[in-house]
Amino acid sequence: MNSATVRNLLVRGMLAGLAAGVLALIVAYVLGEPNVDKAISFEEAHSHEHEMEVVSRSLQSTAGLATGVLVFGVAFGGIAALAFCFALGRVGRFSPRATALLLAGCALLTVYVVPFLKYPANPPSVGNPDTIGKRTTLYFLMMLLSVLLAIATTLLGKRLAPSLGTWWATVVAVAAFVVVIALAYQFLPVVNEVPKEFPATLLWRFRLSAVAIQTVLWAGFGLVFGELADRVLNPRPATAASKQAVPAAH
Amino acid sequence: MAQTVAQPTATTAVVPAKLPLKAIAPWAVFFGVLMMILLYFVGAEQGATSVFSGTDVHEWVHDARHLLGFPCH
Repeated sequence: MNSATVRNLLVRGMLAGLAAGVLALIVAYVLGEPNVDKAISFEEAHSHEHEMEVVSRSLQSTAGLATGVLVFGVAFGGIAALAFCFALGRVGRFSPRATALLLAGCALLTVYVVPFLKYPANPPSVGNPDTIGKRTTLYFLMMLLSVLLAIATTLLGKRLAPSLGTWWATVVAVAAFVVVIALAYQFLPVVNEVPKEFPATLLWRFRLSAVAIQTVLWAGFGLVFGELADRVLNPRPATAASKQAVPAAH
Repeated sequence: MAQTVAQPTATTAVVPAKLPLKAIAPWAVFFGVLMMILLYFVGAEQGATSVFSGTDVHEWVHDARHLLGFPCH
């Protein structure tokens, strides 16, 4: 029964990730794409070399965008569902729905917001192609560090709970997380490759839209997966039978 | 009245049963790796490192890579 439960939750996590990906895709297309287009116009106006177009802009901004966002949603949906299997009944007195939403919130913070505050999303024309190796390493390092620290924070909170009580154990564990992340921010190298004339408002809007995409993705995932997980873990009696049974009981 | 008070115990939230680690582990290892590979292709392929030569994968997911926050050229 248990291995089958894990499998059911994993499949539903990937489906919830796909559904959340569709919501995020709408936000990405409506809020994000205009900023990408403006940044590309800036790039073309300020560069003398003309790159060969391998994939047309109209494909990149529709089918290409959809592929990326949906695969991202499914992949993180699967990983989050597995994390949910570990967290359920272990992190505290939370129902399946509350566990799912809490997990999604923590995932948004650790997988996206914490790396973003050090290495924010950049539109086209921001970023030197020669440093892509270094920037990729730093970004994934920051993500990995943040996720591992979040797991350590959870374990620390659980360990402290019997002596400090749940409230203070959580406060102390989260404070430890913030301190270590602050040290990482301080000591990891700075990346600033914004061209001098690049419009500040465009950069700001691009980054806001990037945060909106992730917020919608994770909020959508938390709500959809929570509902699906609740149905797996607390199966309701057949609806037709319950509709008749409830009024009859009184 | 007494009957309606007794009723809610069935709907009160209880701490859900833990899933045994042994049941989660095989799924977590296999699908964890599989999902990471998917993320790699969306987030980093043909940027810093390449499994396939050329720039087709990079160009196809170009906009998603920028908007999802991954470093891109």
